[in-house]
Amino acid sequence: MPDEALLDRLQRGAFGYLTQYAHDENGLIADTSRTGSPCSIAVVGFALSSYPVAVERGWMPRAVAAAQTLKTLRFFWKSPQSERPDAAGYKGFYYHFLDMQSGRRVWQCELSLVDTSLLIAGVLTAGCYFDAGGDEAEIRALSDALYGRVDWHWAQNGQETVSQGWKPECGFLHYGWEGYNEATIVYILGLGSPTHAVSTKSFTGWTSTYQWENLLGVDVLYSGPLFTHLFSHAWIDYRGIRDPFMRDRGSDYFENTQHAIAVHREYGARNPHGYRGYDRNLWGVTAGDGPGNREMRQNNRDRRFFGYMSRGVPFGPDDGTIAPWAMLATVPFGPEAALQGTRQLLRSFPRVCIHDRFSSGFNPTLVENGVEWLSEGWYGLDQGLLVLMIENHRTGLIWELTRQCVPIRAGLAGAGFTGGWL
Amino acid sequence: MRADPRGFGGRRFYRRVALAMSDPMGQDEYLRRVRPVGWENPPPKRVYDLAVLGAGPAGLAAVDSAARRGLSVALIERDRLGGNSLNAGSVPSKAIIRTARVHSAIRDLEELGASVSIAAPADFGAVMARMRRIRTRIAEYHSVERLRARGVDVFFCSASFIGPNALLAGNTPLSFKKAIVATGARPRPCDIEGLGQIAHLTSESIFDIAALPTRLGVIGGGPLGCELAQAFCRLGSRVTIVQNDPKFLPQEERDAAELLSLSLSRDGVETRLNTTVVGARLENDEKFLDTLENDSKSSIAVDDILLSIGRVANVETLGLELAGIRVDPGEGIKIDDFLCTTNADVYAAGDVCKPHKFTNIAEASGRIAALNAWGRRTERQSHLAIPWCTYCDPEIAHIGMNLVEAWQRSIPAKSFTVMMQDVDRAITDGQDDGFVKIYVREGTDEILGATIVAARASEMINEMSVVMSAGIGMHKLATVLHSYPAQSDAIRLAALAFVRNRPPSPW
Repeated sequence: MPDEALLDRLQRGAFGYLTQYAHDENGLIADTSRTGSPCSIAVVGFALSSYPVAVERGWMPRAVAAAQTLKTLRFFWKSPQSERPDAAGYKGFYYHFLDMQSGRRVWQCELSLVDTSLLIAGVLTAGCYFDAGGDEAEIRALSDALYGRVDWHWAQNGQETVSQGWKPECGFLHYGWEGYNEATIVYILGLGSPTHAVSTKSFTGWTSTYQWENLLGVDVLYSGPLFTHLFSHAWIDYRGIRDPFMRDRGSDYFENTQHAIAVHREYGARNPHGYRGYDRNLWGVTAGDGPGNREMRQNNRDRRFFGYMSRGVPFGPDDGTIAPWAMLATVPFGPEAALQGTRQLLRSFPRVCIHDRFSSGFNPTLVENGVEWLSEGWYGLDQGLLVLMIENHRTGLIWELTRQCVPIRAGLAGAGFTGGWL
Repeated sequence: MRADPRGFGGRRFYRRVALAMSDPMGQDEYLRRVRPVGWENPPPKRVYDLAVLGAGPAGLAAVDSAARRGLSVALIERDRLGGNSLNAGSVPSKAIIRTARVHSAIRDLEELGASVSIAAPADFGAVMARMRRIRTRIAEYHSVERLRARGVDVFFCSASFIGPNALLAGNTPLSFKKAIVATGARPRPCDIEGLGQIAHLTSESIFDIAALPTRLGVIGGGPLGCELAQAFCRLGSRVTIVQNDPKFLPQEERDAAELLSLSLSRDGVETRLNTTVVGARLENDEKFLDTLENDSKSSIAVDDILLSIGRVANVETLGLELAGIRVDPGEGIKIDDFLCTTNADVYAAGDVCKPHKFTNIAEASGRIAALNAWGRRTERQSHLAIPWCTYCDPEIAHIGMNLVEAWQRSIPAKSFTVMMQDVDRAITDGQDDGFVKIYVREGTDEILGATIVAARASEMINEMSVVMSAGIGMHKLATVLHSYPAQSDAIRLAALAFVRNRPPSPW
C-alpha cells in the first residue's frame, strides 16, 4: 500500500474513534473504548481539532462538524463551574475526567492544567476554522468566552510557575513539575490570555529547569516520554520559531522533537534490557497502558511490568511496553522513520492495529498463553493525536489554523518566541 | 594420644577456648577507644592555642592539623570520639549496607550461572555484631590514646562559652586564643502528632537495635532514609518509606532520583512519594503512621518507625551569644568563606555550619578552619569541589554544579551523558543501572560538575574530583587512557561524546 493510502486509512481509523465514542447529546468523548469509561477533556480537545480535518477530508459535512462542535462548546460553557466537588470545573479550568452523561467530575480527579490546555487548544482551533456566520459565529463567540474564562493567573498560586492541578479537597497539588515536558502549551495559552494571563516570568521560571543534554550521542532538550515531544506540537508549528532558550542553542522545538526521535531510535537499536521487538525501526516508549504491576522470571532474571504510566528513555522506566501509535504520531518530524517503523510493526505484530486503530500499549516480551500482552481496546488521546499529526504531515492544516490564532500568537510572543512565521 | 581435632574432645576444647576469649573488637574495646569508662579530664593549661568543641570528623581533622603545627590543643567532646559518622552514621550504615548487598546479589546468582537454591534469611545479630567490630576497628585511628600521645588534652564533658576567649569544659574554665566549634548536628525532631508518645528510632538509635524489624516505616527520603530503607528491606524487613516531596533525594537531579525510586521498588520497598505523615498512633501493640497524599488519607501498620527527616545543628547549649557568635536560624552557625564566625577568634566546621552534612565535607572544613585560625586566612571553603554520595544501590554521587544550579548562576551549561548500560564492564558485571553525566560550560570544555549513578559511584566520582581539582577539561579527559574494561571508563566515554559533538579542536 502506498504511503498516502496507508496514512489515509490509519488517520480515518483514528478519527472513527472520536465519532464512535462521542456522546450524542453533549459531545463529550470517552477516555477509552472500555465500558463505563468517563470523558477525558483532553480527548475532547483533540476531537474539536479533528472535526475540521474531517470536513476537509470529506469524512464529515461542514454543517455536521459545526453542529457537533457547537454542541460540545455549549455544554462546556453551561456546565457548572464552582468549588463544589461535583462541579465540572472551577476558575474556567475543567476536571481531568467527567461523567459522560452529566459532565460532572468523576473519580475525585484533579482540576487539570494540562488537560484543560489541550481542551482549550481544541476550542481555539475550532474558533479559527469555523469562520462563517450562524452556528459558526456562535462557535467563535463560545471559543473566546471559554478561553477568556480560564484564570491562568490563579493557577500560579502565587508561585513563579503554574501548579499541575487543584482539588477542592486539598487545594493546589503538590507534584513536582521539573524539566521540559508537554506543558509548553499551558504556558503559551496562559501567557496569551487577554483576561487572566500568567506572569511573564513564569515561562522563564519553567525553562530554568530544562536539561540541555547530549544523550546517546544526540543533543536534545531532554524529556524521556515520547509524547511530551508531541502534545504541544500537535497544535503549534514550531518550525523556525524560537524562545530564548532554544535561540541560545541554535535549535527549535520542532528540531528538538526530531532529536528526541533519534534518541528513541538509537535506544531501540541498543535495546539495553533485551526486550523483544525493540529495534531502530520499532520504538516508541511513552505514556500509555501497560500490563499492570506484575513480575516474571525470564532467562533467570526478574522482569517487572507496570500498568498505565509514563515511560521514557533512556533513563526509564522501561518495561518493554511500546506504544504502537507513537511512531506514526511522529510523522511530521521524520516521515521516513515513522512510516518505516509503523510498517515494520504492522508486519511483525498486526494485532496492535484492529479496525485501523492502534492500541495504547503492547508488550511483546510478556507472553502469556502464547500471546503477547496487548492493551484492551483503544485510548482516545492516542487516536486524537494521530489524527492531528497525520494531518499536519499531509497538509499542515492544524498548524496553519493556529498560526492565525491571536491568543496563541500572543502567548508565543509573551514567551519570547521570535522568528519564522511569527 | 590420638590427635583428632574433629573428635569430641577437640570440639569441647575449641568451644571452651572460644567462650573464654573476649572479642578483641568488642564493646569494651570500642569504649576504650572512643569514651573510656572512668576517664578523668586532664588539668587544664593556662591558655590553649586552640580549643576544639566536638570530636567528630570536623573536630578531629582540626585537631590533627593543629597538633601537626605543634599548637597546644584542648578537645572537648560530650559523647564519643568520631561523632555521628563513626558512631551512628557513615561507618555503621555502610557496614550494614555491605551485608544487604550480598543478600540482594543472591537474587542475581541464577542469572550469573551460580547454583544457590535458597537464600537464607539474614542473621541480624551477626550483621550488627560485624558492624560493631568494624566500628571498633576504625575507631582506633582517632582513639583517645592516640590523641593523648600527640599531646592533645581530651575533655569528655559538655562545653559552653563564657566569653569571647573562654569556655567551660564541664565545670573547668578554659582559656583559648582560637577556637573551632564542630559540635555537629542531631536528627531533626518533628511535630508529627502522636509520634512523641511512641517509641521510634532515629539514626542515633537504629544501630543499637537487637532484632530486625518485621515491618519498618521510614519517614523521610533523604540519603540516610533511602539507604536504610533499602538495606533493611534487603535484610528481610517489609519497608515502607514516606517522603514529603515529589522525589527522593531532593538535592539530586531528577533522573538520579527516579532511578533510585525504581531501584527501591524493585527491591520491594513500598515507596510513598509526595506523602506527608500527619499522625502516629499505637493500637494493640501495633504502630500506625497516618498519611496524606494531597487529599488521599491512608494508614501504614508497622512494628518500628525510623524518623529520618534531616539534621539540625547542635548550637543550643554552647553559650554562643556570650562569645559573640551568631547563628542563622535553620542554618547553623553563621560563617564567612574562611569559616570564621562573627567572633574573629572562633571558627566553625562541619555539620554545625554546613548545609551539606557529609563526613568528607566536615573533615575538609575542619582542616580549613584550623589552617585559617592559625594561618594567614587564605583557605576558602568555596574553592572546594566536594563530592558526596548516597550509598543506595545503585549509588548516587555528585560533585560541583548540575544544570539547574549552573542556570541559577547564569552559566550556560550542557551535560554529556553515558548510560552504564552502554559500558562494557557494567554489562559484564550485571551492574548496568545508572549513568555518568558531566556538566560542561557551553562553548568551552570546562567541567562544572558531574552526577554518577552506578554500582560504585562513590569510587568513580573521585576521578571527577581529581579531574576538577586539576583543572582538566573534556578534551584532555577524552584522551586519558582507562583500563579496559572498567566501569569508570564511562567517564572517558562521556568526554569522548563531548569531543565528537564539537568541531575538531586545534589541540
